[in-house]
Amino acid sequence: MSEAAGDLLREVEAFIYREGYLQDRHQYDAWEALWTDDGVYWIPANDDDGDPEKEMSIIYDNRSRIALRIRQFHTGRRIAQEPKSNLARVISNIEIMSLTGDDIHVRANAMIFESAARRDTIWGTRYEYTLRRIDGALRMARKKVILVNNSKALPNMAFLI
Amino acid sequence: MMKPSSEPWDQLLHHDGVHGSVYVDPRVYESELQHIWRKTWVYVGHESEVPRRHDFVMKSLGPEPVIMTRDGDGQVRLLLNRCSHRGNQVCTKQRGNAAVFTCPYHAWSFGSDGRLKHMSLPDGFPDFDRSTLGLAQVTRVASYRGFVFGSFAPEGPSLAEHLGGALEVFDRLVALSPEGEIEVTAGFLQHKVAANWKLMLENETDGYHPSFVHSSIFGVADSGIGKLYSRNSAALSRDYGNGHTECDLRPQFRKLDVPLGWFGTTEERLPDYARAMRKVYGNERARQIMIDGTPHVMIFPNLFIAEIQIFVLQPVAVDETVQHVTALQFKGAPDLNRRMRQQTMGSVGPAGLLLADDSEIYERTHQGLRASGPQFTFIGRGVHRERTDDAGFRIGDITDDLPSRGIWRHYRSLMEQSS
Repeated sequence: MSEAAGDLLREVEAFIYREGYLQDRHQYDAWEALWTDDGVYWIPANDDDGDPEKEMSIIYDNRSRIALRIRQFHTGRRIAQEPKSNLARVISNIEIMSLTGDDIHVRANAMIFESAARRDTIWGTRYEYTLRRIDGALRMARKKVILVNNSKALPNMAFLI
Repeated sequence: MMKPSSEPWDQLLHHDGVHGSVYVDPRVYESELQHIWRKTWVYVGHESEVPRRHDFVMKSLGPEPVIMTRDGDGQVRLLLNRCSHRGNQVCTKQRGNAAVFTCPYHAWSFGSDGRLKHMSLPDGFPDFDRSTLGLAQVTRVASYRGFVFGSFAPEGPSLAEHLGGALEVFDRLVALSPEGEIEVTAGFLQHKVAANWKLMLENETDGYHPSFVHSSIFGVADSGIGKLYSRNSAALSRDYGNGHTECDLRPQFRKLDVPLGWFGTTEERLPDYARAMRKVYGNERARQIMIDGTPHVMIFPNLFIAEIQIFVLQPVAVDETVQHVTALQFKGAPDLNRRMRQQTMGSVGPAGLLLADDSEIYERTHQGLRASGPQFTFIGRGVHRERTDDAGFRIGDITDDLPSRGIWRHYRSLMEQSS
């Protein structure tokens, strides 16, 4: 790996770890600030590659719906997250897949332990990111969360994953 | 185990309250399987999910998995997923097209009509009538407006008799399509809750809770839904009998008098749809349909038509239920359908801005009902202002408990029948 490629990978890793930390700690505004203005947050259902424009997804948020989701948390009356889930995630297998123009395509895996009021759940997921450098800093333009059990009946998943 | 015929229902169901054990006692659940889920008409799937011959899709009839197929003659069938030989599941795919289901255990095969087609190494079997060895099928299958229901009871009310006054709801629903048909083509989310199915059955037409459970989203989303369920709303609750209940929002939408106002939009924003509707129905009728909007009706025991989506409730255990949910799609209305999917995805499922909160309440309520007292819930809201509409159905204010009372009246009549 060239020095430049190594530097980019470390920067990407640091970004993704930071993003995971903000999610674990429910730091909603700091997390929202990571998105580009055209950001898309997508969690498919029933396999990995359905067409979200035709089929139901667990989440398929454009930028304004991401903001709405955050505003709902801030009311303090989002019952499914009051009390908030206790979260710890391990993120690994971070790889840069390709670079196109300003976009950096990255994949990673995560195991997330959620302790909620009535149940403890382990969520296993593959991530696909499109990151973009804006004013010198990385931002998320797209995050796809492929839950490995997305074809099955799932309990509430109201935290940021 | 309690004997179903001797359950003291007058001690468990009061006119304005339900004994907590009715939700949490596994013996009641077992009895319901016999008296409700294996007997009455239960919604299974929609014909548009198996459009071509030999299409199949995995569904459920209550707790039981069924394969919904369209056979070679075009007839929709509900097959049980159990090889007639040793009981192995013959189908493990969620959907597809197959003229033949071959059991991987000993390679017996069955047609899409359920009939036994082939036994491997056939010379080893004695001479006997093979027509008895098809896949088991749901005893009665009937559909209305493409909605397919099944009943395990060989006799009993027809589907039309079961739907009764709520039959008209399906006509009202498909009228929103310029082609008069709905389609179920967007795939289902499966949302699991650790709660009894009847908490969902009641909540779907409980017009009292939205202002509180959903205040977090109404407050930030600039949504008109909150007003529909307010004290001053003209909307009504209705009991169609046979356990079917409604939040009839039309009176409020008619007050607003804006076509597509029910969907928080306007004809200008969905011009193709509005044009198609006016062309098919004429200006006056199209305008009325677009003002009235889609129904909000709970068809007992498991189909919730929720304006822009449908939920299918599947009981799995006394304390576990799966909500299968998808956006409704109206034939000939692509611009409306896109909005249907977008709004549905935002609202429902494990991360839904509405349904995650409902589901949290279901689970907490189930836990709450396990406490030893008070023994009964209270569902007396609006008892003093129940009235009847022109068709003779009981109606109440939108925030009244009238739908719950109707559900329990029918529930009791089913549970008290000898089986």
